[in-house]
Amino acid sequence: MDLTWYLSLSAVLFTIGVLGVLLRRNVIVILLSVELMLNAVNLTLVAFSQAFGDVDGQILVFFVMSVAAAEAAVGLAIVIALFRNKLTVNVDEIRLFRG
Amino acid sequence: MLEPFLFFVFAVLCVAGSLGMLLSRSPVASALWMVQTMLAIACLYLTLNAAFIGVVQVLVYAGAIMVLFLFVIMLLNLEEMPRLSSFTWARAAAFVAGVAVLALLLTVVAARADLLPDGVVTAEVVEVDETDVVAGPTGQALVVEDEAARIVDPTSVEQIGVALLTRHAFSLEIVGALLLAATIGAVLLAKKRFV
Repeated sequence: MDLTWYLSLSAVLFTIGVLGVLLRRNVIVILLSVELMLNAVNLTLVAFSQAFGDVDGQILVFFVMSVAAAEAAVGLAIVIALFRNKLTVNVDEIRLFRG
Repeated sequence: MLEPFLFFVFAVLCVAGSLGMLLSRSPVASALWMVQTMLAIACLYLTLNAAFIGVVQVLVYAGAIMVLFLFVIMLLNLEEMPRLSSFTWARAAAFVAGVAVLALLLTVVAARADLLPDGVVTAEVVEVDETDVVAGPTGQALVVEDEAARIVDPTSVEQIGVALLTRHAFSLEIVGALLLAATIGAVLLAKKRFV
């Protein structure tokens, strides 16, 4: 299977993630889209790692997953704190700096 | 013959799951579509012979992270999201930006595969020599000479474990500290009367 197919699939997934961040106003869906973009990049890394026969790509994917887990935990905790104060998860209504 | 078939099956599942995540109106449905995407990506890792990453993907993403998302969504008891079909200029601009990102990424992929006509891309595509891509234990390239050495899969679980606990041991410790800090931070942020 050619590497180009995996890279193209990864590009499509990354684009759907970008569209999710830009189109959706729900902060949880935005976080899900960020996870999707991270997954698209992971797919690229694993495909290159396999094509070059080098283990370091998969090591990097392992670390990306760890950071993604930390990011999801902190991000969702922030969402809970925001919802407690503002009673919304719509990013257009969360304007802490503009008052 | 089997591998292209499996790739296309899981690629379709993957893209369908992510489109469902983008288009569905309920956050719970979005998260469940995302679980499908994660599982399809795990299967794609298996078609790439990356069994360790595939299993970790199922455990960490489809297991831990998505359960955390579903837990928070159900804790917050959210209302339905608005439809995406109504036209606004902001959405049109976002769509154009997304298509531009896709075009940029696919141009890079096509340049790598040498599919573009001459003169479109100026960057040189570096050809990687087959013989020097196997990295030695100290990181420098190691030329594989005999056929017996080639039988050892350089990306097997054993090799990943060796690399993780020797060359990348320091990074592993840092990630452990990061996860501890994230756990403490998440508990503090979600506590009442902290912010």
